[in-house]
Amino acid sequence: MRTVLIILRKEFKQIFRDRMMIPIIFFMPFVQTLILVYAATLELKNTNITIVDIDHSDFSRHLIAKFNASPFFKVNYQEYNYSLIEDDILKDETKSVLIIPANFEKDIRSGAPVNLQMNINAIDGQSAGLINIYVNQILSGFIKEELVEKTAINPGLLPASINVKSRYWYNEELNFKHFMLPGILVILISMISIFLTSLNLVKEKERGTIEQINVTPIHKWQFLIGKMLPFMIIGIFELTLGLSIGMLLFNLPFAGSVLTLFVFTLIYLFAGIGMGLLISDFAATQQQAMFTIFFFFLIIILMSGIFTSVESMPDWAQSVNKVNPVYYFMRILRSVILKGSTISDLLNEFIALIIFGITVMSFAVWRYRKTV
Amino acid sequence: MAEIEINNLYKSYGDVKALDNVCLSVEKNGFCGLIGPDGAGKTTLMRVITSLLVPDSGEISIGGLDPIKEYKKLRLKLGYMPGKFSLYQDLSVEENLRFFAGVFGTSIKENYHLIKNIYSHIEPFKNRRAGKLSGGMKQKLALSCALIHKPEILILDEPTTGVDAVSRREFWEMLGEIRNYGITILVSTPYMEEAVLCDQVSLLFDGKVVESGTPKQIVERFSSTIFAVKTVNIPASLKVLRNMEDAKSVNSFGQNIHVVFNDGNHSVEQITNYLIKNNITDAKVSIINAGIEDCFIDYIIRQNKN
Repeated sequence: MRTVLIILRKEFKQIFRDRMMIPIIFFMPFVQTLILVYAATLELKNTNITIVDIDHSDFSRHLIAKFNASPFFKVNYQEYNYSLIEDDILKDETKSVLIIPANFEKDIRSGAPVNLQMNINAIDGQSAGLINIYVNQILSGFIKEELVEKTAINPGLLPASINVKSRYWYNEELNFKHFMLPGILVILISMISIFLTSLNLVKEKERGTIEQINVTPIHKWQFLIGKMLPFMIIGIFELTLGLSIGMLLFNLPFAGSVLTLFVFTLIYLFAGIGMGLLISDFAATQQQAMFTIFFFFLIIILMSGIFTSVESMPDWAQSVNKVNPVYYFMRILRSVILKGSTISDLLNEFIALIIFGITVMSFAVWRYRKTV
Repeated sequence: MAEIEINNLYKSYGDVKALDNVCLSVEKNGFCGLIGPDGAGKTTLMRVITSLLVPDSGEISIGGLDPIKEYKKLRLKLGYMPGKFSLYQDLSVEENLRFFAGVFGTSIKENYHLIKNIYSHIEPFKNRRAGKLSGGMKQKLALSCALIHKPEILILDEPTTGVDAVSRREFWEMLGEIRNYGITILVSTPYMEEAVLCDQVSLLFDGKVVESGTPKQIVERFSSTIFAVKTVNIPASLKVLRNMEDAKSVNSFGQNIHVVFNDGNHSVEQITNYLIKNNITDAKVSIINAGIEDCFIDYIIRQNKN
């Protein structure tokens, strides 16, 4: 036990003496939350839409007014000229083009079918889908309010519509930041546990200091505990710091219990540190370790559902996620913070993380040789 | 049994035989020098002795313990100073020393007497980071850290490589003092002139121990006469002497050229005359006693002929 304390003291001294460490520990949470939460947003506001009104009727003007009133769109007008429209989309001056055909009003009044043409730049498929949804919302609103209520058109002529009124649970305002913040915290804690642990261990090999350690009576378990515990502590500190930033600056609601969150985080840190140790088993230099981690890190983070819904991933990807600890932790952090889930609500994730952690850690410790 | 007892030790890295039937025996409180060029297998041998490397085969007993099975007990008895500086560069001098004392379950105070003469040189800089020390000071710190747990056997891998001449001499004096505490010392070095400071020497070449004994025994075994040629024109003289009939080895040793012949029918006059005939007039030829290095070169030449 005394030996572990001696190693711990040495580790903390070295960590805080490292010129890069203090900025990493204290500024990284701020930078990541402030930049990523704002930048990595899927919210759609003020996208350019070009409306070509061929009809020039009362109805078409009403419809355009509806678009103007929407916070999602900024309307440009354009005379009908196909090549000009194509140009605008090409130059990215507009995201979408709505063409109101001639006889728009006349056809509605006579009950004939009306087709509006909508062109959307779909390079970013996600926002194209959103634009489509918003346009349809405006159109159905237009039909209901403008045509049925303000004019005397026989409702029977109009397509019957069912109004769906949604309530968004756990994130009432559909605040994207509240969705992203726990995700950013997951990245933060993953970086601390995987990167720092493995770089720290490889450094001993690279500098040759492990050679001197190896001729001392230090046991493998003493050495490894001394190496891992500091990053457990730093990881918990980072979570607390990141969470405080979220609550103070983004009004992140915290529905769950702090204890639950810490229990889960400790288990996840254990798994992450295990992964870090495993990589350090195979890497001889910090550079090798860095590239290896980066390769895996990108994959496990992007597959974890941080930006995209895991349920909409192909089956094979969902199967891969069964062994992705980040996937579990992402669900856990979001559920605990936003929904207030308890350990028994997240029993599957709890068990999966424990199994993953113990498996990786056992293998990494078994594979670990103190030799160079 | 001797403190370090090694018989028929083999260790290969793939096809390379790093240790090839090595035998070594060092008595308690002995001071053994392991001499050999780079790549001779010195570090490999030391890493086997310090339990860092498992040999392929052979008998090995260090302080009566087996480094493979009883490495835990052995590590308490052993002090090791690796060839590459292996202390924590970002910890201070004192912190390094305290750390290594701590992990051996002792304290600086307890064994201070052992390292006093060495550590006192660097104690004024005890708050300086180890990485910021000069080469000689690093060496002293590494030696202090290897001694702080009062080992019975001290293994030093090329402790003086890359250290200036003054620090090297100081270092060897310190090793002499350490012996007074009854510690057995095994030290490797590529410098032949350091070998004579040990009371027992083993020459290692290509993974084999090619000579061993006291420095005196080794040079006495050397039967040929060595002629030393002192001249300002070393390159030309080397060329001329190598063309001489019967010359076995002609090598420059600092300011001198050492010449050995295959038979004994040569004299100082004959060599002087030969040189004058070849336009080297300033040469002073004399017969000298063999040094360890002469023995070593002699061995290598014999090896190459076979």
